[in-house]
Amino acid sequence: MSSHQPLLSLNDVSVSFPTEQGLVRAVDSVSWTLDAGETLAIVGESGSGKSITALSLLGLIPEPGKVDQGSIVFEGQNLLDLDRNTMRSIRGNRIAMIFQEPMSSLNPVVTIGKQVAEPFRLHRGMSKKQALEAATELLAKVAIPDPGSRLNAYPHEFSGGMRQRVMIAMALACEPKLIIADEPTTALDVTVQSQILALLKDLTKEMDSALLLITHDLGVVARYADQVAVMYGGRIVETASARDLYRNPRHPYTQGLLASVPRLDDDSGKRLLPIEGQPPNLAHLPAGCAFSLRCPHVSEQCRTDQPVLETTVENHASACFGYE
Amino acid sequence: MATDSDTLLRVENLAVHFPVNEGVILQKQVGSIRAVDGVSFELKRGETFGLVGESGCGKSTTALAVLRMLEATSGRILFEGEDITNYDQKKLRPIRRCMQMVYQDPFGSLNPRMKVRDIIGEPLVVHNLAGTKAEFRKRVDELMDLVGLLPDMAGRYPHEFSGGQRQRIGIARALALEPSLIICDEAVSALDVSIQAQVLNLFDDLQERLGLTYLFIAHDLSVVRHICDRIAVMYLGKIAEVAESHELFRNPKHPYTEALMAAVPVPDPEVEAQRPQQLITGEVPSPQNAPPGCSFHPRCPKAMDECSKREPLLEYGDDGSAVACHL
Repeated sequence: MSSHQPLLSLNDVSVSFPTEQGLVRAVDSVSWTLDAGETLAIVGESGSGKSITALSLLGLIPEPGKVDQGSIVFEGQNLLDLDRNTMRSIRGNRIAMIFQEPMSSLNPVVTIGKQVAEPFRLHRGMSKKQALEAATELLAKVAIPDPGSRLNAYPHEFSGGMRQRVMIAMALACEPKLIIADEPTTALDVTVQSQILALLKDLTKEMDSALLLITHDLGVVARYADQVAVMYGGRIVETASARDLYRNPRHPYTQGLLASVPRLDDDSGKRLLPIEGQPPNLAHLPAGCAFSLRCPHVSEQCRTDQPVLETTVENHASACFGYE
Repeated sequence: MATDSDTLLRVENLAVHFPVNEGVILQKQVGSIRAVDGVSFELKRGETFGLVGESGCGKSTTALAVLRMLEATSGRILFEGEDITNYDQKKLRPIRRCMQMVYQDPFGSLNPRMKVRDIIGEPLVVHNLAGTKAEFRKRVDELMDLVGLLPDMAGRYPHEFSGGQRQRIGIARALALEPSLIICDEAVSALDVSIQAQVLNLFDDLQERLGLTYLFIAHDLSVVRHICDRIAVMYLGKIAEVAESHELFRNPKHPYTEALMAAVPVPDPEVEAQRPQQLITGEVPSPQNAPPGCSFHPRCPKAMDECSKREPLLEYGDDGSAVACHL
């Protein structure tokens, strides 16, 4: 390995859920690294395992699921070895999360001021007064107009975009080194979405934090990500820098995804090229490559053997037999 | 202006206002929400017309009013040249056969206790067109085949299908009565991209085969741009701009159209690096207290004095395009 240590590295992480149909691997042998100041986007469709990967970093995998393999090393520490209390001191402090739904992730009966001040009280041990002052400053930073007077407002008095700004303020309170944003703008209108993502990107840059962006939107990835990991059926099928991935997609799934999104700048009016078939059922994955059922370039080997992620050139890796 | 025979649907000055009441027993109307406020447009036979805008702009309300599922406060709706604005239920029945809707949520819009055959065939039963049992089955099989579902699956229940397949069921149901107009309200926005592309292509194919006209409502500009021939951009209950799809994207005339497009990222980092990204700030105000003059002026980067005083009107040119802006 190279001399520098990444901020976060996932090594061969798997997450499983016991179900009536047997053990379901929602995340299967996933490895990647993230450096400080970098934005990594995990893209994939529903059920690809992208959100579960994010939750595994925070030790928030819903019961009875569990991480049953691998290590998650953050600032030199394996997060999977930590007990509950230590994990709690990291969560919201060194690693923070922004969820999709700004409506349901704020407590409706607690004032905005109190909620934004909470991380300061919890992790910084500030007094009530100090914490509220810090909260005012934070709200100003995420461009909430007249923050001092909004401290006593309740979440229902805020619009969707304003609530997501509040969520960002809470996440950034303790200047975390890693911010995880799970579909942070999917519930918002487009003009608000671009404002929120630009704000998030600027603030993480200012703090030199890393941003892990979970999304299904290939446009958002193109605009904001440095590195990209594409997931399908619980596994990573391709990783590359954003520029490389779009210019030269190697995995047939990535190629298929890019061909099936309509583009705003496409004048041709050509037909979209969808990926045929249906997304995989995680309980009944094929023996070989999960994408083999839908892949236009499928071979015999793909149906029986599992391809591994192999780097071809300059940090561009693809899990496909066609590129070995 | 006379309606020529190319025009399937004509909406004139449509308004839908919802009363805002106060008080529990002695309710008093204290205001109104102008969800749709003076919208006019025309659908040509065989075209795909898009209504696009952010939440609360009135695009879905417009659709419901066209279908007469919501009462219009004022304005006229002409279908095949016939003014249907004040038709009662009985007179609407034959009209309803010609206009069908495909809904957004493929999970919520199908009855989980009905077999797929009965869901798709229900409109036939409602309109007394089912015929004998054998005829009914044959028709449902045809419809399933048309939307790319295997007729063998007709005996199954909705939960046995994936999201994309369910949307196909919803489309088959809409096609059962051989309508001329299909209204798609966010019909692909709940689907994953790879499946979304399948359904968009299906809409294209069906249009070609059956000569359908679509009123396509969506918030996703890339999708609308791809599928529509002409597009109307809505903001706070009004149409800001109407133009041919290519023209609208190449040369947006309304500052809101421009801002909306800049906000949508293109899936290509190299293109993204060179695009303007954010032209406006703030959020859409509540339609209950819409700003005076042009309702977009508080967010508009090009606003002038006049914009806050006088409302710009939408006037259609000969080419069917229009823009409501003082600039």
